[in-house]
Amino acid sequence: MMATLWAILASTIRLAVPYTLAGLGGTYSERAGVVNIGLEGQMLSGAFAAVAVTNILGSAWLGLLAAIGVGMLLGLIHGVVCISCKADQIVSGLAIIIFSAGITVFCSWLLFDKTQIKAIATLKVPLLHEMDFFKAFFSQIPPLVFVTVLIVLVSHVLLFKTVIGLRLRAVGEYPKAADTLGVNVYRMRYLAVVISGGLAGMGGAYLSLEHAHYFVKGISAGRGFIGLAAMIFGKWTPLGTAGAGLLFGFGEAVKPYLPKVVPSQFIDMVPYLLTIFVLASAIGRATPPASVGIPYSKE
Amino acid sequence: MTDYAVEIRNVTKTFPLVTANDDVTLLVEKGEIHALVGENGAGKSTLMNILYGLLQPDSGSLTIDGKQVSFNGPGDAITAGIGMVHQHFMLIPPLTVAENVVLGQEPNRRGLIDMPTAIRTVQALSDQYGLKVDPTAKVETLSVGIEQRIEIIKVLYRGADVLILDEPTAVLAPQEVEEFFEILKALKAQGKTIIFITHKLHEVMAISDRVTVMRLGKMVGAVKTADTSTAEIATLMVGRQVLLQVDRGSAKPGDTVLSVTGLEALDNKALPALKGVDLSVRAGEILGIAGVEGNGQTELVEVITGLRPATKGEVQLAGKTIDGLSPRAVRAHGVGHIPEDRHRRGLVLEYTVADNTILGIHYHPPFVKSRGVDVLDPGAIVAKAERLVAEFDIRPTDPLNPAGNLSGGNQQKVVVAREMDQQPQLLIAAQPTRGVDVGSIEFIHKRLIEARDGGTAVLVISADLEEVLSLSDRIAVIYEGEIVGELAPEEATEERLGLLMTGAS
Repeated sequence: MMATLWAILASTIRLAVPYTLAGLGGTYSERAGVVNIGLEGQMLSGAFAAVAVTNILGSAWLGLLAAIGVGMLLGLIHGVVCISCKADQIVSGLAIIIFSAGITVFCSWLLFDKTQIKAIATLKVPLLHEMDFFKAFFSQIPPLVFVTVLIVLVSHVLLFKTVIGLRLRAVGEYPKAADTLGVNVYRMRYLAVVISGGLAGMGGAYLSLEHAHYFVKGISAGRGFIGLAAMIFGKWTPLGTAGAGLLFGFGEAVKPYLPKVVPSQFIDMVPYLLTIFVLASAIGRATPPASVGIPYSKE
Repeated sequence: MTDYAVEIRNVTKTFPLVTANDDVTLLVEKGEIHALVGENGAGKSTLMNILYGLLQPDSGSLTIDGKQVSFNGPGDAITAGIGMVHQHFMLIPPLTVAENVVLGQEPNRRGLIDMPTAIRTVQALSDQYGLKVDPTAKVETLSVGIEQRIEIIKVLYRGADVLILDEPTAVLAPQEVEEFFEILKALKAQGKTIIFITHKLHEVMAISDRVTVMRLGKMVGAVKTADTSTAEIATLMVGRQVLLQVDRGSAKPGDTVLSVTGLEALDNKALPALKGVDLSVRAGEILGIAGVEGNGQTELVEVITGLRPATKGEVQLAGKTIDGLSPRAVRAHGVGHIPEDRHRRGLVLEYTVADNTILGIHYHPPFVKSRGVDVLDPGAIVAKAERLVAEFDIRPTDPLNPAGNLSGGNQQKVVVAREMDQQPQLLIAAQPTRGVDVGSIEFIHKRLIEARDGGTAVLVISADLEEVLSLSDRIAVIYEGEIVGELAPEEATEERLGLLMTGAS
């Protein structure tokens, strides 16, 4: 019994990480006024870059950095298209998703001649991984979990307690007001989408390096979208998003233990149903940033 | 030698098609309240944008506190001690007052905002000028009057000595205007210089020390307020004599057109807004409804026009019950509606002037032709728009211009033109001249009287007492969802109305 509970808990935490990272990415971006549904694609590209770089250079940590870098680069492209060129944010995001689906498969064939690539290394913490206790522990709760917890806490402080956070939120609510006070709207929005992409890329690295130990075609499997649901569920706050990520992770973790009365596809619907419920219900109403999705142009 | 806070001398600014400022000189003395008046398009905003660094003049000089300056952006102007309160507030609703004030210049320790200092600073500014603002309140919970004070605090926080206020009273209710004037006096008493842009001449008389009048990009007069009159300023502004008092014959009322009995309705928060309203309007008369805003006027208009359900009571139009009908059916019965908020309900700003002139009648011939499916006929629409543009003196005259490009006064004329052109039995005019310049006010008032003389029953709802007094054949006063009195214009003084409006009698 205890073993089952522990297994479910560990699995919940493991499964919550990609949702949380993608949701945090969404939170940064939308708080600054840019919708980033491209998270799904940034995650997928990140997952591929992580394994590819790990296998080529032999270091999982470099793989992680590559994943974050690729995510940031895709975030930057999204920024150029939506912030500077003022294109539709959904269309740009969709383009990033489709592009990622294609480029990852293309590069898989090109570099490895297959679309299922086993990662040759995992993220190991120097010193700690030498000890048996930590080795066993990390096999249950991978190191990136702790990095994620740290990022959630830092994001909370950054968004709500710092000068940058205040400006970032102001830009997402009423960019013109921020502009008249000398806040550089474009700079804040670029910063937000680049962070957003980086977090999604990191989520992708977690999926391929830590979770599956493989890159497979389409590995993100809608987790970027569930991340957006977590963001909404968490009312565009880092702590709320992490909470929602855990909830969705739990939903997935208990699945193997549930009696097989309900088809598992229905269980998969739970995050979305919860999100729709939260969006529709008057209680705990979720209000998105006022200017999200609207490109800003100075007159 | 007078001590000037601001000297704008011989400034000219041309845009591709117009000369917005033509050799304009504006001299503002230190510590005075200086009113800058002029019709829409007279060049006031251009001049103020030059002073605030948003625009650079083609020629002319700018001197602040005796030092000649040239601004490359608002940042330079702010450094020179100039602050601007925009007509449309630049506040972020979910943030607190303090956060809104310090945004862009946050007190901080290594990037972390020092909120206690921010709150203390805002509180101190609020106390110093008697602004009574709670720094920790979220802006979304505050009234428009308070929001304006936050804008003033924002400007003071940045160290402004000269405050430019762009039509600050346009959004305020009458009692808020009183409080606002007190604040201006407090600012002046502490040595601040204020430039006050307005259309409202009685406000110029009430608060300013001197007035500068602009017309068509030129400065046409600068006088001491004490030495002038509203009539003189109005003449300067428009370039001809303006009839501030509407010239009208007596009404020749006919049969009752609108009859409202025992009407009750709820507001958006589901609280009672109308508590048994009885009123009637006859053909060929104007019934004015006076009252402080928020006493049920909005809901009354919405119920009559079919936009809000009544919970009790009846609305009859020429003997036929119309409550419970859809807005379209109500219009089809001959009700014209000039809504109180032209942006929300009067116009589709993205549409052309022409398309706006057929909203609500767009499904009638000749605007639609049936070719299996109903197809709009652009020729007929533009022809109608061209006729209305000429008849109502709407400028610019291009009917294919998006309505959003027009000035407030001209936008309002589009709405008025559309509603009047249908020759309704009943015309409801809610705040018909809000945010509209003097020339357009006169024009709209004249057309309302003409509609009356043509046999239309006119219901005017206005927060502007002068407007109600000058237009109405009968005046009803609404207070907390009830009609608390009805007066003939001869017996209605501002004092008597004021007492009724505040529920004092």
